[in-house]
Amino acid sequence: MAEKGTFAVKSGLAQMLKGGVIMDVTTPEQAKIAEEAGACAVMALERVPADIRAAGGVARMADPTVILRIMEAVTIPVMAKCRIGHFVEAQILEALGIDYIDESEVLTPADEKFHVDKHAFKVPFVCGARNLGEALRRIGEGAAMIRTKGEPGTGNVVEAVRHMRQVMAEIRRLTTLPKDELMTAAKEMQAPYELVVEVAKAGKLPVVNFAAGGIATPADAALMMQLGADGNFVGSGIFKSKDPMKRARAIVAATTYFDDAQVLAEISKDLGEAMPGIEIRTLAPEERMQERGW
Amino acid sequence: MAGKKRIGVLALQGAFLEHQQVLSRLGCEALKARTRQDIMNIDGLIIPGGESTTIGRLLVDYDLGNIIREKAGEGMPVFGTCAGMVVLAREIVGSDQYRLGLMDMEVCRNAFGRQVESFEEDLTIKGIERPVHGIFIRAPYVTRVWGEAQALAEFEGKIVMVRQGHLLATSFHPELTEDTLLHEYFLSMV
Repeated sequence: MAEKGTFAVKSGLAQMLKGGVIMDVTTPEQAKIAEEAGACAVMALERVPADIRAAGGVARMADPTVILRIMEAVTIPVMAKCRIGHFVEAQILEALGIDYIDESEVLTPADEKFHVDKHAFKVPFVCGARNLGEALRRIGEGAAMIRTKGEPGTGNVVEAVRHMRQVMAEIRRLTTLPKDELMTAAKEMQAPYELVVEVAKAGKLPVVNFAAGGIATPADAALMMQLGADGNFVGSGIFKSKDPMKRARAIVAATTYFDDAQVLAEISKDLGEAMPGIEIRTLAPEERMQERGW
Repeated sequence: MAGKKRIGVLALQGAFLEHQQVLSRLGCEALKARTRQDIMNIDGLIIPGGESTTIGRLLVDYDLGNIIREKAGEGMPVFGTCAGMVVLAREIVGSDQYRLGLMDMEVCRNAFGRQVESFEEDLTIKGIERPVHGIFIRAPYVTRVWGEAQALAEFEGKIVMVRQGHLLATSFHPELTEDTLLHEYFLSMV
């Protein structure tokens, strides 16, 4: 009997997304543009993070009608977001046949203490993380893919850089520790011991690790790849820019040819205006989405 | 040929690193293939899993499709897994997306269903004595083969592995298991 929903098929899909760009879309038309531009998946939303940020109030899972129309429009995988800890939104998304769930800090958390038990689902989950401890807690809960949180909807890559460097530095440090120091390391980073041992041995996360939160240009995308990301999520950066198709294609190419400055120079030309950015220091602490998650 | 076999893994998008690791373990020189120059310098090519529309977009934009077709026409062995199978096919059901069209087969994309239907199963393969574990992720299957193309494995009556001379394609992902048998099978063709 064929086995479905195993961790191998859940984390395997993330492996197939590597080297690619996952784009936020709000309509079937945008989804088609993303697919045509070379997106390896789309994130179906009612509003992109920049608009969620502007609108304020409580941000929830998208209307299933919006999600289903996007699923019908494209052949690439479709992801959707549920609120942190909102396992019923996750159950609904699984029932819709979504390919990946993002338990996301972009939406207003539904639980201030607990995340979704992601092992309980056949559909795989991606979760955001700012450091290695947070990444390993999410993997411990069953996440099959990790991404940086960055600061969504800002068009400012500085927080994604901070989070990627943090995770990579902590992984490098773990690989230098003798085995008898790993339990205390696990205690300090508040991470499951078995996963800490696994990372110390392998020198990498046990799942795919994408960059997200503030990527707006091909150079941003290539920067995250050179820092060690396996691929990129681009949220508001594409459909909040002047020429989405051109920018989307350029970011796809930048994610593939991230270490070829000649190609990067060529594709960065004449892209039109990028999305307007936000300086992180101008955000009040309660406006920082990255603080959400436990 | 002197020295190690030089096998390229098409590194545009997808799980190319996993194939490189298997090839290295088997004693090959495993190279990322991203430019025309890269393709010129290899003895065999693997097209990995990923998204076939993304890989197709980049094959066109970076003018790699023609050189791969040319080299394959001269006899370079090519092995496609999952998206790689789609890219190798001559016909794709209900799609006009870019493909290399090297193999005489028609494939149906995401044919087993969406991600929640993805599965693992042991397979019996013609010419291989023991079962091989197949990991199927939003996998395609082959709806028909013609000409020189020959079906080597089926799952529930659907063709999931095809060989046509020096060309090989699987619906599933041998690079995601510890078993190196199918990579060894491909290397014996190089």
